[in-house]
Formats: sequence, structure tokens, C-alpha cells
Amino acid sequence: MTQVSQFPGRPLLSGRPLLEVSQLVKRYDAGKPALDGISFSIRKGEFVSVIGPSGAGKSTLLRCINRMIEATSGEVSFEGASVGLLDRKNLKRLRSKIGMIFQHYNLVERLTVIENVLHGRLGAKSTLAGAAGHYSREEKRQATEVIAMLGLSDHLYQRCDRLSGGQKQRVGIARALLQDPRMILCDEPIASLDPNASRNIMEQLKRFSQEMDIALIVNLHQVNVACKYSDRILGVNAGRLVFDGRPEELTPEKISQIYGAESRSLTAELGEQYAS
Amino acid sequence: MPADIFVRRFNNGLVFFLSVAALTAGSILITQYDVVAGFTSIAKAFAWGARNFYPDHHAMARLPEILRKLWQTVLMSIAATTVAAIFAAFMAMLGSRTTRFNALSSILVRGLASVFRNIPLVAWAMILMLAFSQSLVTGYLALFFGSFGFLTRAFIETVDEASLDAVEALRATGAGYFAIIFQAVLPSCLPQMVSWLLFMIDTNIRDATLVGLLTGTGIGFTFDLYYKSFHFHEASLVVIMIVITIIVIEMFSNYVRRIIL
Amino acid sequence: MTALQQIPGRPLRKEKVVIRLLLLGLAGTTIYALATLDFGGIDMAEAVRDTLANLKIIFLHPGGPRLSFLSALEEVIITLGLAFLTTLFGGIIALFLGLLGAQNLSPKPVTVVVMALVALIRAVPTILWVLIFAVAAGLGSTAAVVGMTFHSISYLTKAYAESFEDLDRSVIEALKASGANWWQIVFQAVIPSSFSYLLSWTFLRFEINFANAVAMGAAAGASGVGFDLFMASGFYFDLREVGLITYIILAFAMALEAAATRAKGRIKHAG
Ligand SMILES: Nc1ncnc2c1ncn2[C@@H]1O[C@H](COP(=O)(O)OP(=O)(O)O)[C@@H](O)[C@H]1O
Ligand SMILES: [Mg+2]
Repeated sequence: MTQVSQFPGRPLLSGRPLLEVSQLVKRYDAGKPALDGISFSIRKGEFVSVIGPSGAGKSTLLRCINRMIEATSGEVSFEGASVGLLDRKNLKRLRSKIGMIFQHYNLVERLTVIENVLHGRLGAKSTLAGAAGHYSREEKRQATEVIAMLGLSDHLYQRCDRLSGGQKQRVGIARALLQDPRMILCDEPIASLDPNASRNIMEQLKRFSQEMDIALIVNLHQVNVACKYSDRILGVNAGRLVFDGRPEELTPEKISQIYGAESRSLTAELGEQYAS
Repeated sequence: MPADIFVRRFNNGLVFFLSVAALTAGSILITQYDVVAGFTSIAKAFAWGARNFYPDHHAMARLPEILRKLWQTVLMSIAATTVAAIFAAFMAMLGSRTTRFNALSSILVRGLASVFRNIPLVAWAMILMLAFSQSLVTGYLALFFGSFGFLTRAFIETVDEASLDAVEALRATGAGYFAIIFQAVLPSCLPQMVSWLLFMIDTNIRDATLVGLLTGTGIGFTFDLYYKSFHFHEASLVVIMIVITIIVIEMFSNYVRRIIL
Repeated sequence: MTALQQIPGRPLRKEKVVIRLLLLGLAGTTIYALATLDFGGIDMAEAVRDTLANLKIIFLHPGGPRLSFLSALEEVIITLGLAFLTTLFGGIIALFLGLLGAQNLSPKPVTVVVMALVALIRAVPTILWVLIFAVAAGLGSTAAVVGMTFHSISYLTKAYAESFEDLDRSVIEALKASGANWWQIVFQAVIPSSFSYLLSWTFLRFEINFANAVAMGAAAGASGVGFDLFMASGFYFDLREVGLITYIILAFAMALEAAATRAKGRIKHAG
């Protein structure tokens, strides 16, 4: 817990946190670990951004939470239960309570919007019903409702390969929402979108986080976006947590600490440009 | 919900399933395929194979003779394919959009290739056997005609798909027909054509077994002799040798392809 | 001259060397083969003349007393039936093997074993599979279908597995992350995404199986037009009937080929 004491300004958590990560380590191969002892916790409905240079371990961190990747050591507990100890069935149940949103949307492009959204229910269904694509009337109603909330009603029966990037990402959000999740993990949700679509997506995420009390962990590239929408920001560098605090606390020195060499070379480049 | 996707998917699925079921039932009826025997024969064949279908030491004594026939068959297949490839390459130049003389030559070549390719190998073998009788020439020519048809089409497609840029550039410099073919078309198409050639050799060695069985030559006939006289140990040795040959040639082909493509 | 000599020789790339060596080797083998193979002392000129005369009868005067056009048509339909059954059985089994053989759906050791098995099956010529099963099932359509199914399995497993692999791992990851299990992912994502390729590949195989079914009729006693061909030429020596049968097979084969070309176009477009 030495890392926590590094950040005295951190707000005290009220009650049990939704997610607790402690001393998480992930080593892909013999080299440097991708995650090197990360600890933090997240409250219900909190909007948390994770920033850091590429290769810092942001994606790895997200995937260790729902065990898409098995951590090497350390502990993740969600709603008080230790994620690492779950058997197959309970892991499936856990995953169905955690939504996930991706940079490249990861939709089944040949299926329609509503079918992709309904995929959010698969984790809650029997193998057979899920495989056969058999959804109840109630599930379809919910799907239609969520799609309407995201402003995609006109595209209900359209194949996803005909949608724009922003629309696809909204389908991705709808799919996650249909899981009725306590938390959504977002891996660079706006990295492939234009500024307008990006703003739309971030605002939708913020709205759902507040209205439905869903915790969000969002990997982001843009510091300003992270500051604008987040309740809290985690800064990761080379697999270590180097910042954990409110957006106001993110000073330029902290930023250069998070981005390390990358930001220095960025400044150097700028300097060279001005020199010539 | 109007135009409900789930209803539509269900209906499409039902139609697909029912059509397949109907076609299956019809096929079973007209071909007199015995479903039960079909299933049980697999288990029986494997059980029988384990008991009888392996080479014993009597069979091993036949190995030199088998290898000789196999060698003969491989040689014949390679010779048929290579010669067919030469003819097919000429034809492809006349047939491809890039290099043809005119539209008519192209249509004629494509039509001819189609006829040669679509007359089944067994038909070629049966027709040729009438005059050439049971000799290697029959098998050789049957493989030759089939390969000629197949390779002509494959080569035409290869040339058609290759980029026209170089051809256009050479044409602009005033280069003649043969210069264009040898300097622009062949260099860019040769690797793909060689790949087709290797594929055809592979196929022909397999088919040579069939043709040999029909025309009484080569390794196919050897197998047939042992098989019909219930010398299954020897027959199994023939199969094993064929399998080894084909796998070796396939591995060699894949190795060459990895380098040239 | 001196100027020319100063131009450095164009370095031969490895692929060029390989192609040249290969072509040289093939040419040498071919010459050796043609020079040494025992062609059985037949009078080539006469045989060629006879064959041309035969072809003239076959293609210019098709017909025959035994086989009417309609019954020949019936026989082709039986052959199509054999091809259909073979393709169907092969397709169903290949679907499962394809799932096991696809790298994005199955663990590496499983895919390796499946693909090796499939390569082994393919290395045995179809006719030998058929004859091996004929020992258990008797010569005829049943053994032909079972034997031909083996090759279809092998071909389609490879094709299906490659189609499945086209689906991004990331899509599979997304569904896994929402708690979906393997079967749900297969039926909700993998098969819907690749369905049209699967159909195209299956049709390509159907075309091949039609030719195979003709061959098995002639060589392994399966019913259908291949058997009639065998009887007409090998037993009755009736050239006109051979002509009729050849024309009918040709017509069907060309129609199938035209359809298969369209199927192939679909696969290529997607690829
Ligand atoms: N599957 C993998 N196998 C091996 N190394 C990996 C794998 N995935 C990521 N890494 C490595 O782990 C580190 C962290 O990667 P990642 O979590 O993707 O970072 P980020 O998302 O912050 O860009 C990188 O050095 C990357 O090369
Ligand atoms: Mg990442």
C-alpha cells in the first residue's frame, strides 16, 4: 500500500469500493512486466480515466480486470468477490456484469444493429438459447429502448457494416448497456473517431455513468478529454501507477511524469521546429 | 415490429433447412444410398483396416516392384503436366485480354479450354483407351488433355489479373509483341504460373491412380491387382507409398511457393 | 565493350534461381520420362488416326440405341445426387473440424492436429478411399459417397477454417468479455460473419464432387452417368453412346463451372 500514501490528496472512499485492484502484476514474457504492481480502487458510478503513453499497459490493465488476460500476481476484487478465484461459470457471471467498449467497436459487422446490441444478453442466457439467437420479447424491448436512447432508432435493422464510426461506437455502448452492467471498461473508445463523434461518445458515456450509476474506466489518449469528463484520473507509465487524483491535481509536471520520455521528446521536437 | 429481423432470420433458416432436407431426401432416394450401411461401413472399414490393411513382411518383399510402378506414374504425371503447361502457356497468350490478337482468338481459346477441362478425366481415359488400348500413352494423354484445359484457364486468369502497367509502358516504347510477352508479361506472371503448375502435378499424381485403374497401367493398376486378389497387405503398402509421395511433393511445392510468391 | 563490362551483372534473386532450377528440373524429368517410359509398342500414327476417327463419331453423331436422352438425363441427376450427398456430409463434418482448426477459435495444439489429419486424408486419392470402404459396404453408391466424403471433409475443413479465421480476434474478444461462451460466439458471430463464404466454398466443392462422382461411377461401380460411360465404352464399345453421355456431362459440368466461377468471385471480392 505504499503507493496509495504517495497521493495524500486522494478523497476517502465512502463504504466498500466496487472494484479493488491491489499489487497487480502482469508479465507477458521474460522481459519487463507490462503491469508492475498496480493498486487502486473504484467507487460505484465513478468516472475514471486511465492515461499514459502507448505501451504503458493501459489495455493490459483493463483486460486483467475481467480476466480476458490472466494476471501474473496480485488481486482484483469486484463487489467484494475475488475475481482470480472464480470458476468458469462465475467468471461468465462476472463478465456479464462488466461491459466492455473497444477502439475498433468489435461488432459482428454482418449482423444488424439490434442483433449486435442483443449480444449483450448472451452472458445471461443458456448456451442453447444464446447460440440459437433466441431472445425474449422483454429483451428485444430493452434493446430497442437502449438503441433509442443512443439515437439509433432509424438504424435498428441496418447491418453494422453500413454505419459510420461514431454510430458503430454507439452500437458498442448499447451492447454494453444491455448487459445492465455495474461497470464498463472502455479501451480507447474515441481513438478512431473524429472530434464531433468523439464528443458525442464521451457525453453519452458521462450521461450513462451519472444516470445509471455505472462505474467507468476509460483508457484515453487525450489528456484534455480525460480532464473534462473524469471524476478521477489514473496515470500509468511503464506498468506503474504514477498518478491517482482529481483532474485539477494534474499539473504539467505530473503530465510530463506520466508521459515521461514521450513528452520530453515531444518538447524537444517542438524546440527543433522553432529553431529552424 | 414490421420487417422484424428475427422473424426474417427464422424464416430464412427454415427455408434453408427444409430445402437442404428435401434435396437430401431426394438424393438418398434416387442414388439408393444406404444411410445405415453408410454409417456402419465407416466403423467396419476401420475395424477391418486395423486387422488387414497394413503391410506385412510378404508385402515388403513387393516394395521394389511397387516403387518402380510408382516412379513410372510420377514420371508420367510430371511429363503430362509439363508438356500441357507449355501448350497452355501459348494458349493463354492468345486467350488473355492483355495479350490476345483479337477478341475472336480469345473466345475460341477460352471455349476450347473449357471443353477440354470439363470433359471428365474418366471420359478422356475411356475414349483414348479405344485406340491406344491399355498402355501408358492412354493415361499420359488423358492427364495431358485435362491438365491442358485446366492450366489454360488458370494461366489466362493469371495474366488477366497481373497489372497492365508494364505492358502499356512497353507498348508505348514501340516494343513488339514477343518483346512485350517475354519482357513484361512472363516475368510478372511466372511465379503464379509455376505455382499452378506445381498444383497440377500434385493433382495429376493423385488422378494418375484413378486413370491407371481404368487403363490398366501404373500404380493404380498395381493397387487394383492386389485389391481384386485380396492381397490387402500389399494394397495397403501401395496406399502408404502413394501417401508418402504426395505429402513429400506437397511439402516441396509449399516450400517452393513460399520462396517464389 | 569495356563500358558494357562495367555494368555489374544483375544480381539473381533467390526466387528467380528457384524458378529456373525448378523449370530446368521439370524439363529434364519430362525428357527423361518421355525417352524411357515404356509406351507399350503401339503404332502411334495409327492410334492417333483411330482416335480422331473415334472423336468424329463421338462428337458428330451422338446418340445410341440403349440410352435415350431422357434416361441419360436421369443418370446425370443421380450423379448430381451423389455429389450433393457427398458435399452435404463433408460440409457438416468439416464445419466442426473447421471450428477446431481455426486459429482464432481453438488452441494451437488442436489446430495443428486437425490440420495434419486433414492433410493426411487428402493425400490418399479419392478412388482409394472409395475402394477401401467398398470392402465394408460393397462396391456401389454407398461406398462411393462415404469415400468421396473423406476428401470433401479435408478440402472443406481447410476452406472453412480459413473463412473463420477472417473474423477478427477482437470481435470474439468483445463477446467473450460480455460473458458469452464458445458455442454462443460460434453461432452468433463466427458463422453469421462467414456464412456466405462457407456457401461459396461448399459450392466449389460441389462442382469438384460432380466430376468425382462421374469418375467413381466409371471406376468404382457407383450408379449414375459415370457407370453408363464405363459400360458404353468399355463393354459395348458404342461410340455414339459415349458421345451422348460426354455431351450431357459436358453441359452439366460447364453450367456448374459457370456457377462456381461466380462463387469464387464472391470469395475473392471479400478476401
Ligand atoms: N499479447 C502480448 N504478448 C506480449 N506482450 C504484450 C502483449 N500485449 C501487450 N504486450 C506488451 O505489454 C506492454 C503493454 O501493452 P498495452 O497494455 O497494450 O499498452 P497500452 O494499451 O497502454 O498501449 C507493451 O510493452 C506491449 O508490447
Ligand atoms: Mg492499448
